[in-house]
Amino acid sequence: MDDTRDAELGVRKAAAPSPAVPSRICPARSRRLHAMDRGFRWLTGGLAFLVLLLLVGVALSLFLRGWEAFHHFGFAFFWSDAWDPVTENFGALVPIYGTLVSSLIALLIAVPISFGIALFISELAPEWLRQPVGSAIELLAGIPSIIFGMWGLFVFAPVLGSAEPWLNDHLGALPGIGALFRGPPMGIGMLTAGIILAIMVIPFISAIMRDVFLVVPAMLKESAYGLGATTWEMARHVVLPYTRTAVVGGVFLGLGRALGETMAVTFVIGNAHDLHISLLDVGNSIAAALANEFAEAFSPLYKSALMALGFILFIITFMVLVLAKLMLWRLGQGQGKAGL
Amino acid sequence: MKAAGNARYLRRRVWNIFNLGMAMATTLFGLFWLVWILWTTLSYGATAFNLELFTGDTPAPGSIGGLRNAFVGSLLMIGVAVLIGTPVGILAGTYLAEFAQGRRLAGAIRFFNDILLSAPSIVIGLFIYAVVVVPMGHFSGLAGALSLAILFLPVVLRTTDEMLGLVPSTMREAALALGAPHWKMIVQVSYRAARSGILTGVLLAVARISGETAPLLFTALSNQFFSTNLDQPIANVPVVIFQFAMSPYPEWQHLAWAGALIAAMAVLVLSLVSRFLIKDRSPR
Repeated sequence: MDDTRDAELGVRKAAAPSPAVPSRICPARSRRLHAMDRGFRWLTGGLAFLVLLLLVGVALSLFLRGWEAFHHFGFAFFWSDAWDPVTENFGALVPIYGTLVSSLIALLIAVPISFGIALFISELAPEWLRQPVGSAIELLAGIPSIIFGMWGLFVFAPVLGSAEPWLNDHLGALPGIGALFRGPPMGIGMLTAGIILAIMVIPFISAIMRDVFLVVPAMLKESAYGLGATTWEMARHVVLPYTRTAVVGGVFLGLGRALGETMAVTFVIGNAHDLHISLLDVGNSIAAALANEFAEAFSPLYKSALMALGFILFIITFMVLVLAKLMLWRLGQGQGKAGL
Repeated sequence: MKAAGNARYLRRRVWNIFNLGMAMATTLFGLFWLVWILWTTLSYGATAFNLELFTGDTPAPGSIGGLRNAFVGSLLMIGVAVLIGTPVGILAGTYLAEFAQGRRLAGAIRFFNDILLSAPSIVIGLFIYAVVVVPMGHFSGLAGALSLAILFLPVVLRTTDEMLGLVPSTMREAALALGAPHWKMIVQVSYRAARSGILTGVLLAVARISGETAPLLFTALSNQFFSTNLDQPIANVPVVIFQFAMSPYPEWQHLAWAGALIAAMAVLVLSLVSRFLIKDRSPR
């Protein structure tokens, strides 16, 4: 960049003595322009740096505000399932468990479906159908999360609630995982939250999968076809291995979304600080606990415990997102472009 | 020998058709949720829709009212967030695309900007609570606007960076060769060439923040009355929807659905417009 700046000044200097093109830039003006250049550069650079400051600021301020709770409860904060605002005894286990489990359910549902959608759009759909289908799925990502929550509570939960006795009778009878599906058929709880989260992250994961599937060189695909592979075998043994890291990165990006999703979960998870094995039972997530309780938490220790929860959520999502970006970036490198 | 080969071939073909059929089914499955959710919003929202919505303020339980104060509060906060976020985002994106190409710092800023973009919005709300609400001593519309601005900034930064990256360097060189100072080249050549792309980024960012609820819960809070004072708690559509939807009063729940319909429409129209704008200049 400095080269072009020098070149630019050089041109100006060279032009000045020429009688044919008398320069109208007096030295003072040139200096002023130069100063404005530097000022503009510093201004933009400073504002870009602001992003880093914001991220550090978020982590630091949450940690400092949560310090009281960390200090008061020690490491037991992480594995205590207590949550009693009256006696001021707080532990993070139930919300952390709820956050992780609901996001895991979401991924179990969303990943195969997103793969199917990406495969359909990138390999199967006729040209005229790709754009509309892709846009429609992406519209799902644009719907405000509070609408997912209202729909989940008023429309979806009753439907699921009427299906839950069936789950109780059939899946609940299985040994081992059966315990996950025995519970009160209320329609709200961990499973509902997981399903709604799945619907919310499908557009993110499928959009990334579709984009990386489209960068697989046509020559590789045609080689597979030339050897007699079916479309599925080509997708399974050429496209998927070629894009593996980026696909996992996309899944992690979806996980990052699911972990921090607040409003949709708040409506349907039940907001109970109890630990249940059953997925049909109510639970809580970090984000839902914050949304429900923060504005009403008046004792300093209560507020600090919630801030500590926020800090834990930030750290978990930060790590997941960093992993996701690194994996997506690797495919970008392999392709000689960082457009992802 | 031949029969065995045929059986294997048949199995592969059946497996292929089954899997491709599943891919089609999953796509229909995804579209099914979209249609169901939109239909719910439309049918519940439309029955609660009337003119009172725009002329009345949020009512006490059991009486009739509208969402005027919430609309005004939301527009105010989004407006302030746009006024703060747009220049900051565009200038920061300018640095990445115009001044810092190939530098490590630029790579790091891009990386962490993407993290900020996907960070949970409720955490941003907590951050603003800690650094704005606590020192001020009370919830305020300004705090709400600031938290929206932080969600707004990374989207604009990223699109500006990408869109300026698409401007051919020959255009820049042409301007510099005519003796234009660097800043003038950026403002009059790069910005002009990338204008519709940057505008798209701003629209996308507005779409993103106009449905955000979580960061406003404990920054702007809400207000039962009409207020335009950014120094005080202020009513806003998402938080009112949340409170009313969770309430046991049917009148409130109807208002929540009407508000949800309008919020969804606003977001969908914004993203459709930006999609239309971005159509012929995809970054890929």
